[in-house]
Amino acid sequence: MALSERLRAFFRARYPLDQLTELAAHKTVPLHRHSFWYYWGGITLLLVAVQIASGLLLLLYYRPSAEAAFESVKFIMTKVEFGWLIRSVHAWAANLAILAAFVHLTSAFFLKAYRPPRELTWVTGVCALFLLLGFGFTGYLLPWNTLAFFATKVGTEIAGIVPVMGPWVQRFLRGGPDVGDVTLTRFFWFHIAVLPMCLFALMGLHLLMIQVQGMSKPLSVKEERAIRFLPNFLLRDLVAWVIALGIVLCLSVYWPATLGTKADPFGSTPAGIAPEWYFLWMFQTLKLVPGHVLGIEGELIAVALTSVAGAVLVLVPWLDRPARAGRSSWIVAALGVLGLAYVIGMTVYAHFFAGAG
Amino acid sequence: MSGTARWGQGAAILLLGIAVLQAPKAAAEESCVECHRAFESDVSAPTQVMDHDIHRQRGVSCADCHGGDPTASDQAAAMDPAKGFIGRPSRREIPQFCARCHADPSYMRKYNPNLPTDQFAKYLTSQHGKKFQQGDADVAVCTSCHEVHGVRSKKDPLSPVYVTNIPGTCATCHSDSSVMDRHGLPVTQHWEYAQSVHGQALLMKGDRGAPHCASCHGSHEAAKPGVVAIGNVCAQCHSLTRDLFAKSPHKAAHEALGLPECEVCHGNHLIRPPTDAMLGTGPDAVCATCHQPGSAGYATAQQMREAIDGLKQELGSAETTVKQAAELGMETGEAEYALNEASAKLTQARTYVHAFSFPAMEPMVKEGRAEARTAQGQGVQAIHEYHFRRHGLWITLVILLALIGGLLLLIREHDQQPPHPSGPPPSGGAP
Repeated sequence: MALSERLRAFFRARYPLDQLTELAAHKTVPLHRHSFWYYWGGITLLLVAVQIASGLLLLLYYRPSAEAAFESVKFIMTKVEFGWLIRSVHAWAANLAILAAFVHLTSAFFLKAYRPPRELTWVTGVCALFLLLGFGFTGYLLPWNTLAFFATKVGTEIAGIVPVMGPWVQRFLRGGPDVGDVTLTRFFWFHIAVLPMCLFALMGLHLLMIQVQGMSKPLSVKEERAIRFLPNFLLRDLVAWVIALGIVLCLSVYWPATLGTKADPFGSTPAGIAPEWYFLWMFQTLKLVPGHVLGIEGELIAVALTSVAGAVLVLVPWLDRPARAGRSSWIVAALGVLGLAYVIGMTVYAHFFAGAG
Repeated sequence: MSGTARWGQGAAILLLGIAVLQAPKAAAEESCVECHRAFESDVSAPTQVMDHDIHRQRGVSCADCHGGDPTASDQAAAMDPAKGFIGRPSRREIPQFCARCHADPSYMRKYNPNLPTDQFAKYLTSQHGKKFQQGDADVAVCTSCHEVHGVRSKKDPLSPVYVTNIPGTCATCHSDSSVMDRHGLPVTQHWEYAQSVHGQALLMKGDRGAPHCASCHGSHEAAKPGVVAIGNVCAQCHSLTRDLFAKSPHKAAHEALGLPECEVCHGNHLIRPPTDAMLGTGPDAVCATCHQPGSAGYATAQQMREAIDGLKQELGSAETTVKQAAELGMETGEAEYALNEASAKLTQARTYVHAFSFPAMEPMVKEGRAEARTAQGQGVQAIHEYHFRRHGLWITLVILLALIGGLLLLIREHDQQPPHPSGPPPSGGAP
């Protein structure tokens, strides 16, 4: 008996392998004019995998302390064989993972993939996107350069605006009254321990539910065409993954991640401090809201509006009542377009016209 | 004085008399100021500048210098010689007049214990002081530089003796040919100084550490440094250069010929930024003015110049390479560090020219060239790495494209196969 056969027999005797292979063999994916959007979840998954792999490699040399972080990243960039590539891939794949997750979420919204019984697939997906943003926020500080230091200072200041919990959250994030060595340690702890555990759990649930419930089909699609998941859809997924990898590599080689200057906590805030692009729309909202509206602090209003927007996004499967009844509603679609236009518009405005780029 | 002016002065005195009579007792202590301020003639000049006068700010009154009774409201009583009024000292009396306080350590201590009290003694040893004692009326006295009633601290940027104002203050007399001609002195020093590397640093760049007239000539003790002392004057800042010169063969030669040390090659007031052209045997080389072709000195000059040029050439080439690598977006921090080191060695080698011995300067040149070569190597490596990355990317992309091609072929092959015979209906229809 061949080795592979013997191994299969060994596992078959212990686990219900046949059920799994049966499930895989019969799993299908709907085929229609919107099938293109199905690949974005897989692309996000691949980019997260790239993040884990490149992050593990960076951990071999990265040292999480205010004294050593900047130097260790510089060492990675200049001395470690292919270190520049690993760090650039980590930086670019992080941005692309958030972009891919955002595209995935947007397509799921407009194709109404959150209809019953897939509400929890949507909720876990939205929460996973929030976690990716958390990865971005915590990872940005880790090189301990000037830009990241002051952007984190501003970012954690915003957390302090929230009434009651705000000051506590801010202190918890910073580990003290100001951003410092302890903040870096905490952000590192979030970035490599807490957030990955939460993300694994959420993505596990998300994928499990997709396997159990299958992929959603848009309301407008009536035909019953489908392709097998194995190997037809997976092969298409692989093509998308190879393209995504190629894009990450091109960006990393032609626009490698920069490091800037080491953060000086006692230095003055440099001009043009701005968060990463995916936070720009929130940052711009904060800047545009007047100082006081009806006696309430403007920043508080902006933070409240953003929080409400987040909550609404999570609750979309229950708020979109027509979709629950199997009907599409132009009001929900229009609200979605408005929300998307606001986020994209504000990001573009902040980047190109408000000097945040 | 015209009749109108005299009438005006009379009226002013009358008005002043009335004002003084009506002033309360507390204000009477300022009677000197009040009376003098009321005049329209030169007599009022001191009151116009005295507000920023350091003496007045520290509580020294008019009477402390001029005597008299400032509490008396009557002019005759206030300016009564019987009450110690000595009036306005003549120019001849000024040095001793100021020295009454400024040469008295116990008096000056109560204002500023760190203030020197040897200015008058030093002044008497200066060229100005010596001429003054010979009865020369042209020479500077205290008030020539410090002003009279508007004396400011030398730390005050508006003071004529503030470091950046000193050349201009000296030039008041030393650029005035009507005065200098009488003493057979040139008037070009200030112009020359302003063109010099020192003058440019002080007057144009505002570098307060740059030397000015008093740095080399002294202030109260101002005099020509003299042939022997010139080296010591320059050594205040250029100490290593001076040490090297003192141990060099030039030291004995200059002494034997009665030549000043630094000045022979660099000049005095018009010291230009030194260039490498001054070294060697070329048309601008100062070495060749004394050393004849065929002499050992001539050969050494030539050898030192070649060494400096070689280092400069290697440094320049390395700078170009590193700059090229940086423009390509490569990390060049270490190469730039090596460039800085090489540049520092070049500066050091230029200083060691003053040892006038090639073996003394050779180690600096060798170390500089080694650093330049390191920077060059790192720059070349960075450029090579840049191309390697791009070539590597393109090779990887070709592999990825081949992979995509293979996958597409596989997809086509599998798409042509019939669906799984025992498969369930597509799950995508839910709900």
